[in-house]
Amino acid sequence: MSTAIATTEERPRLNEDDAALILTSGPEEQDNHAFADWFSQLRFEGWKMFQETPLPVRTDEAWRFATIKALDFSEFTRAVPVDESVAAELIARTPGGLAAGGRMIFANDQLISREVHAAALEAQGVIWKPLDQAIVEHQELVSRHFMTQDVVLGSRKFAALHQANVRAGTFLYVPKNTEVALPLETLHWMHGRNASVFPHTLIIVGENSKVTVVDRFESADACEPGFACGVNDLFLEAGAKLTYVNVQNWSRETLAFQINSTVVGRDASAINMALNLGGKYARTESVSRLLGEGGRSDMLALSVAEGSQEFDQRTLQDHRKPATASDLLYKNSLNDQSRTIFAGLIRVEPGAHRTDAYQKVRNLLLSDDAEANSMPGLEILADEVRCTHGATSGQLDSEELFYMLSRGIPRREAQQLIVFGFLNEVIERLGDEKIGNALRELVSKKFAS
Amino acid sequence: MPTDTIDIDRSVGDFVYPESHEYDAGYGLTRDTIEYITEVKGEPEWIRDFRLKALDTFLSRPLPTHWASRDLEAIHFDKIRYYLANSQRPTRSWDDVPEDVKRTFERLGIPEQERKFLAGVEAQFDSEAVYSNIKKAVGEQGVIFMGSTEGLKQHPEIFRKWFGKVIPTGDNKFSALNSAVFSGGSFIYVPPGVKVKHPLQAYFRINAENFGQFERTLIIADEGSEVMYMEGCTAPKFETATLHSAVVELVAMKGAKIQYVTVQNWSANVFNLVTKRAIAHEEAEVKWIDCNIGSRLTMKYPGVVLKGRKARGEVLSIALASNGQHQDTGAKMIHAADETTSNIVSKSISVGTGRATYRGLVHVPKHLKHCKNNTECDALLINSHSRTDTYPAITVRGTGNAVQHEASVSQVSAEQIFYMQQRGLSEGQAMSLSVNGFVNDLVRQFPMEYSVELKRLIDLEMEGSVG
Repeated sequence: MSTAIATTEERPRLNEDDAALILTSGPEEQDNHAFADWFSQLRFEGWKMFQETPLPVRTDEAWRFATIKALDFSEFTRAVPVDESVAAELIARTPGGLAAGGRMIFANDQLISREVHAAALEAQGVIWKPLDQAIVEHQELVSRHFMTQDVVLGSRKFAALHQANVRAGTFLYVPKNTEVALPLETLHWMHGRNASVFPHTLIIVGENSKVTVVDRFESADACEPGFACGVNDLFLEAGAKLTYVNVQNWSRETLAFQINSTVVGRDASAINMALNLGGKYARTESVSRLLGEGGRSDMLALSVAEGSQEFDQRTLQDHRKPATASDLLYKNSLNDQSRTIFAGLIRVEPGAHRTDAYQKVRNLLLSDDAEANSMPGLEILADEVRCTHGATSGQLDSEELFYMLSRGIPRREAQQLIVFGFLNEVIERLGDEKIGNALRELVSKKFAS
Repeated sequence: MPTDTIDIDRSVGDFVYPESHEYDAGYGLTRDTIEYITEVKGEPEWIRDFRLKALDTFLSRPLPTHWASRDLEAIHFDKIRYYLANSQRPTRSWDDVPEDVKRTFERLGIPEQERKFLAGVEAQFDSEAVYSNIKKAVGEQGVIFMGSTEGLKQHPEIFRKWFGKVIPTGDNKFSALNSAVFSGGSFIYVPPGVKVKHPLQAYFRINAENFGQFERTLIIADEGSEVMYMEGCTAPKFETATLHSAVVELVAMKGAKIQYVTVQNWSANVFNLVTKRAIAHEEAEVKWIDCNIGSRLTMKYPGVVLKGRKARGEVLSIALASNGQHQDTGAKMIHAADETTSNIVSKSISVGTGRATYRGLVHVPKHLKHCKNNTECDALLINSHSRTDTYPAITVRGTGNAVQHEASVSQVSAEQIFYMQQRGLSEGQAMSLSVNGFVNDLVRQFPMEYSVELKRLIDLEMEGSVG
């Protein structure tokens, strides 16, 4: 029969008695005065949920192949607010180049900079605010959408932890029939050894509106350990178009979770792209729920894994209504002893006829010690569907390499060029030159490091 | 598109004769059951210990419902009879086979003339082989073909070396169950260089209510030899669920070739939880041809451990899931040497409320070179309530290997059916033609008798199913 059934349970270290731990102390008192009652209540519910939910074990299918023992939270502490000089330094270090319509910079879950062409956005009725401000000023809109999507891919406990600790992030509301011309950018810095951050992004795109959002994640020190547990919830109403780009460039010692949910309404179209560069163990969960006829979701990701990095990616393409489409393309390049895990599921619910779903994962192995795990899945409960998936794992094309070597390109460079070409296909799918260039630059930087 | 009114006639093969059993271990499974089985079968001490240890393993394991169907919970292990036999020694000639057993075979349409060109027929009636006849030619080639109980008694030097080595007792809960209560099944040894001309064939039959069948098959093809083994099953319909849990181990030594063909057509109340695995040594080839049509729930993932350089493994699988059925099948390819190749082609058809699942495992560990795997899974959905799933797991370490997996889901197009109806075919005939077309390239690789039988079975399932 199938996989050997493991009976021994491997639970990561987590000790209730150790009160210093970020994970065992719950929301802080002083925080609660900072938030409205209803939000504090949600945080406490999150904390309760976190305590009641067991940690994943090796036998959980949703955690298959993941190195669960990497989930050691014992050292992490609450992030301390940065002082002004650090803030100034981080603002100065924040990469530009997107010609964004607005930019917010956070450090350790605290807003340190906000540049918004406010007049232009306000004139359109667009709301783009830090989360804590939005909670007060737009309670109805925020509460209707905040943490309402079930976390189904394994990290329910970490979503609850996020809910218990969240205090920073961005809230974006685009009213109907509005096109936001320039992308909106948010950058989250993590600063200090063993700091924990819980960045949140909530986006609601109204009927027939269009917007592009870029979230970037950076660590002040590339070698310091840290813990990041972020959630981004994207809502597309009928006919809306959203391009969302998530650039994860935490330190190489970071334990990172990013939990995404994209809800796609009738005839709406979402493009969700992730670039994974940082982290020691980085897990992303991405769910597209296609709730309206004619909805479409493009799920794109590229991961550059080096050293002993582990990228753990879980996805769900959930087709609930007829004539919906989804197209997933995940590419991983693996060097050194790195590992990647891809577990994706296309689910076509009963009645979701005329679904068109596609899923493709490609692994490029560059080292004999790298390991790529792929679990592309299908669950089809309706007919008249077109669903395909593919998974490939291979190495550099020796002919391509030979061709470049024979033209005098050094091996290392030639190899990088080929890998770059492999990854670039995903970036091209974004169809945005400026953002594309920024992503390409980051990938090159990682190659050069 | 396709109508919702497809209704499969499950009464084909739906007949039962009065039973009589000389040996019966009773209901439920305890140490006493094991003691009874070993005593009745007159087995050596090491087998008794092996069984008792397996029983502990079985009892200590949870049902694998964290990934498998919860339908497994419907199995009441204490309401199953684990050992029944109406004769202790397989009879030598056809004349000795009891009349009612012969009648059952006749109803199943196993023609007597077919046996003439089959190398040997071993028909299993309940847990003991009732009829076993190895054709002279095969015996003269030095091929050993007998029941597993005889095998372990008469050829312990070969049997013991491989028994439980390909599939260890603790591999999973049901392999442990089989190891505890196994009886029946075949033991085959093909000497070096011998190419068995005719396929070795065994028919299996269950004919007792609440009776689980736990056959154990071990096939060893020595260096450079070739053998094809075929098993086909149908079962009469019973009042309550029955359990079938076999373990099949294949060993292909250097350069040997084994083909193992299964056509499974248990009645729709049978739980069919089977563990099948092969070890392929250097340059050996193992091919599993697996066709699942019957049963309530089948869980079966034939595997090949590619242990020697240039070994090759293949699984060709067809599953037909009709109303109320769940065919949870797939394949496992464990690459453990350089230049090993594997190929998996799986086609499934879901009809009515049927559910077909493909579950696969491909593993290419570190520092292997030039390994290749190709996996293709195609699913066909006939009705709007039909369901299909694909759950592959692929692990590749290092460079120098190529692994690809592809899966697709489709349905019979309305235009196709319309076109054929325009030309005078009934909807059922049109559907049958389409489905046969879908599996045709795979069926063609089956041995001739099976491909004919399969086509007929698909016709049978499809005709009168659209209305």
